Amino acid sequence: MTAAWAARARTGFVAPVFLWLGLTVAAPLALVFAVSLGESTQGAPPFEWSLTLSNYALVFSDTLYIGAFANAARIAATSTAICLLIGYPMAYAIARAPERKRGFLLFLVILPFWTSFLIRVYAWMALLRPTGLINSALQSVGLASEPLELIANEFAVHLGIVYAYLPFMVLPLYSTLERIEGSLVEAAHDLGATPSRAFWRVTFPLSLPGVAAGCLLVFIPATGEFVIPDLLGGPDTPMIGRVMWLEFFQNRDWPVACAIATLLAASLALPVVIADRLRATTR
Amino acid sequence: MSGMQRGLSWLPTALAAGFVFLYLPILLLILFSFNDSRLVTVWAGFSTRWYAELLRNERMIEAAGLSLGIAAVAATIAGVFGTLAGYALARLGAFALRPLFALLLLVPMVLPEVILGLSMLMSFSALERLIGWPAERGFLVVALAHATYGTAFVALIVEARLRGLDPAMEEAALDLGAGPLRAFLRVTVPMLAPAIASGWLLAFTLSLDDLVIASFVAGPGATTLPMLVYSSVRLGLSPQINALATVLVISIGLLAYVSARRGAQRRSLST
Repeated sequence: MTAAWAARARTGFVAPVFLWLGLTVAAPLALVFAVSLGESTQGAPPFEWSLTLSNYALVFSDTLYIGAFANAARIAATSTAICLLIGYPMAYAIARAPERKRGFLLFLVILPFWTSFLIRVYAWMALLRPTGLINSALQSVGLASEPLELIANEFAVHLGIVYAYLPFMVLPLYSTLERIEGSLVEAAHDLGATPSRAFWRVTFPLSLPGVAAGCLLVFIPATGEFVIPDLLGGPDTPMIGRVMWLEFFQNRDWPVACAIATLLAASLALPVVIADRLRATTR
Repeated sequence: MSGMQRGLSWLPTALAAGFVFLYLPILLLILFSFNDSRLVTVWAGFSTRWYAELLRNERMIEAAGLSLGIAAVAATIAGVFGTLAGYALARLGAFALRPLFALLLLVPMVLPEVILGLSMLMSFSALERLIGWPAERGFLVVALAHATYGTAFVALIVEARLRGLDPAMEEAALDLGAGPLRAFLRVTVPMLAPAIASGWLLAFTLSLDDLVIASFVAGPGATTLPMLVYSSVRLGLSPQINALATVLVISIGLLAYVSARRGAQRRSLST
């Protein structure tokens, strides 16, 4: 390729996309930060430009917001751990399956990702309600005398997150596990390692980049999740994504909603950096 | 191989249990869409009455039409920008500000949707103050917001596909005197067609499925299908929603299956 063509191509291909990304990604995020420094008013739109930190002061002084941040991080972290515990054996089983079967097994993992998120959450509402399928089944076989409280609590939120995000854990785990040479594991066996020792000393360390990627793909969106805590959660453990939603739609306080969004985006940048470092060191 | 299987005999069982967990709730949902009772949990015989009711529900049909139109426009815009972006990442090497370019493509994929939705509403609102558009946030506004979200996913698929394609064909076209645009449109795009098609399909389904971003940006006049489903689900379970869910799950499942099969065939032909 000639240098002149390359230069023309760079401008021709990169410039329109840069313009598009600047207008649709960078400018909107910058505006969120700008509005977070504004003052709430009664007008339309309900804020005035300003340079005040009072919205951040409010978020940091009110235990509702701090508590919702902590709840979201804790619930997302435990759900991510459960996803890893369920997803790792699944990914490993697919990677060890005969090659002609892998495509189909992988398709079965991806298919739920294509089907509506809202409908997958709705499916659990039908199962978990006091008059839902699980409770009717338990009562009809006499295992419960009255309906168990399966919905509108933290248990249901964990279940919903694990259910909705499991494919995001399995896919990156599969792609690292599939690339690990079988000969390395066999060598460990030949040198006398027990299967569990071979797994923990060879396979697992080599799969760490996939573990990191999978955990990030679950943890980050789960922390800001709105639909799952709204439909499956209860009032006791508010999560920050839903608190921000209510601040915006119910209180119509755009500056506080933007301050929460800014803090959430900034705190989610941290796990990305950690994972990036982790990947760099394991390579 | 036999050595590797030692102590791992429980793995297929774990995989099967995982699939039961992933599919059982959806299968029960489909089963109960054919239930003759209004109660979502008591089986009262086979019936298709909820499908008939769904077809008579004008608000639902209208919302479905709006969502399908938005998804088609959003996926097409995302297809154009995503293809250009994927090409830039795979073929143009270290252009100026490449790390920023890659970051801006990554952000919509990883940030929680509530932040994306809020940010897009902030920019449409600022735009309205500046130039008076969009005064009513309807079809086009939601489509543009969804296109932003979809661009990143199309770029990811196109970039991955281009990395697996030999650049020799494109170079040959250039050596034979085709201009960069002509070489791109006549050689690269046809080779990429399957990747662009699956990227388009993914952007389409992401748009069709989105509740959060649409709720933030859409004005009172535009209610998409997920927004309508969400508001009726909040009021309680309804067998009509089961019927709608069945239609969506089966049609999207078939699309995904066809797209996966075509992808597999292309791969086996090209190797």
